[in-house]
Amino acid sequence: MSKQILSAHFGNPDAYKLDTYVELGGYRSLEKLFKTDPGDVIENVKQSGLRGRGGAGFSAGMKWSFVPKDVDKPKYLCINADEGEPGTFKDRKILVLDPHRLIEGAVICCYAVGIHTAYIYIRGEYDTPIRRFQGAIDEAYANGYLGKNIKGSGFDLDIYIHRGAGAYICGEETGLIESVEGKKGQPRPKPPFPAVIGLFNCPTVVNNVETLSNLPYIINEGWEAYAALGSEKSKGTMLFSISGEVQRPGVYEQEFGVNLWDFIEGATGGMKDGKTLKAVVPGGSSSPVLTAEEARNTILDYESIAAAGSMLGSGAIMVLSEDVCMAKALKVITRFYAHESCGQCPPCREGTFWLARIADRIERGEGQPEDLDLILDICPYMMGMTVCVLADAIAMPAKSYIEKFRGEFEQHINEKRCPYTDEAAGSAAG
Amino acid sequence: MADMENKDQTDFVFNDENEKKFRKTLEQYPTKMAALLPTLWLAMDQKGYLTDEILEYVADRLELSPVHVYAVAEFYTMFLRNPPGKYHLQLCRNLTCTICGSEDLIAHLAETYGIFPGETTEDGLFSLELVECLGSCGTAPVMRVNDRYCENLTAEKLDKIIEGCKAGVEPEEEPMGVH
Repeated sequence: MSKQILSAHFGNPDAYKLDTYVELGGYRSLEKLFKTDPGDVIENVKQSGLRGRGGAGFSAGMKWSFVPKDVDKPKYLCINADEGEPGTFKDRKILVLDPHRLIEGAVICCYAVGIHTAYIYIRGEYDTPIRRFQGAIDEAYANGYLGKNIKGSGFDLDIYIHRGAGAYICGEETGLIESVEGKKGQPRPKPPFPAVIGLFNCPTVVNNVETLSNLPYIINEGWEAYAALGSEKSKGTMLFSISGEVQRPGVYEQEFGVNLWDFIEGATGGMKDGKTLKAVVPGGSSSPVLTAEEARNTILDYESIAAAGSMLGSGAIMVLSEDVCMAKALKVITRFYAHESCGQCPPCREGTFWLARIADRIERGEGQPEDLDLILDICPYMMGMTVCVLADAIAMPAKSYIEKFRGEFEQHINEKRCPYTDEAAGSAAG
Repeated sequence: MADMENKDQTDFVFNDENEKKFRKTLEQYPTKMAALLPTLWLAMDQKGYLTDEILEYVADRLELSPVHVYAVAEFYTMFLRNPPGKYHLQLCRNLTCTICGSEDLIAHLAETYGIFPGETTEDGLFSLELVECLGSCGTAPVMRVNDRYCENLTAEKLDKIIEGCKAGVEPEEEPMGVH
């Protein structure tokens, strides 16, 4: 079994309460933290190799170090709990089952960077996590872990919940910032990056829930202990949200560097109902799909999954059996991106809409033979052309679905029906 | 009260509790605009949806242009602009839920109960919205009923939920599992 840093308390139904969390060793990093120079904390987090767990996988310590040291403006932390990447459900676990770990991590980050105000952006649908996290914040204030002069250190920090309202794009860090400012969540051009000009035009760190939740371990055990886990460039452990046609879907923590399929099989018990594996989406719906063979021959870390032509993203692994129609899968995900495009960049606004329309007609058996090459033609015009990567996040997987499962799409077009639905349903659709 | 001032063309005002929350919210941000989403949420909590009049009220309270408030309210799907049913069903249609059977559930709601996507039943009891990933794929298929998550859905489970709602009982959320 892998080292459990983030999920160690998931089995304890009382760990969300401050008393229990403290009994389990929670908040003990703060004593050491406040005796350490903030610059050294940043250096330690850099050395630990911790990378952002929201999807991009950028070095957390490096991100913090871009925040200017001496500015006369306030600095902010935005905690990204928007968790909208389809297939991802790990941050919800942390918010509900172990919220104080996140608060402790936020205190560490804010102390290191010199931040006194943090907003946690929680997606609007997460009513229970919002209530649970607000309860944890209230408890932390009441016991001196938040507010003025935290545990006599002289360090102040306030955390406020900012509730989202159902827009995937607000998980993009500058879309999130716009949303906190009270605007439509339309991403900003970069540079300038949020570290320099972010929330309210002030230097801002945007970190994912899981990223911050790793910090207490790194402070307590030292960066060396964290860096000793995982593979060469992917350090530590990660929470993987495994869903789809497996026996026991769920969130499983795993140290990097193991075989991808062995991990999925070991954690979940393998395929449901004796089904046969067809494909694995390794990092949320934005990641290119892997064939069964690729999934069996890939190591679980950022570099290996990138080398296999996909990406680790948010660690959302979706497992698809031979019963799943890939044309339908493409239709579902293209519809999602078309729905979630914020609309400010034409290649995304138009491109996502075209892809969704073409994928829909192929699935219904109304596709034309040239549609597959049309999709492949459109995709390059959606990549690297826009303010944020939402367009890339559907162009890349769309290309992979067509390239790796072309035969299935051709079958839809040639037979003028979806081969996965009943004869009657097929002719009714046509 | 509404006719006391010309600019106040609405009967909507925050009740005492929400007025208190509204003032507290203002203290949490350096700009009034930043309080827009929380303020719209307070209005949603009080009224259940956002009418034009409410948007104007919010614009007035936050000293924002009404067009800005309209644009923001329209951008976010959870800010409802029309009254939902007493039980607003939000059934996920994204990839994992589709693989795990949400299409059958959509058909079941239509065939058995006459509940159709994008519509509210005539008795005003149910509205159905097909939504994107709810962040609970490990327990797919998933549906929200008002603010509650209903997980690992089957047709039988759905029947119980609908019958329960008809009897005035909102479904309980199940405790979150270890995984």
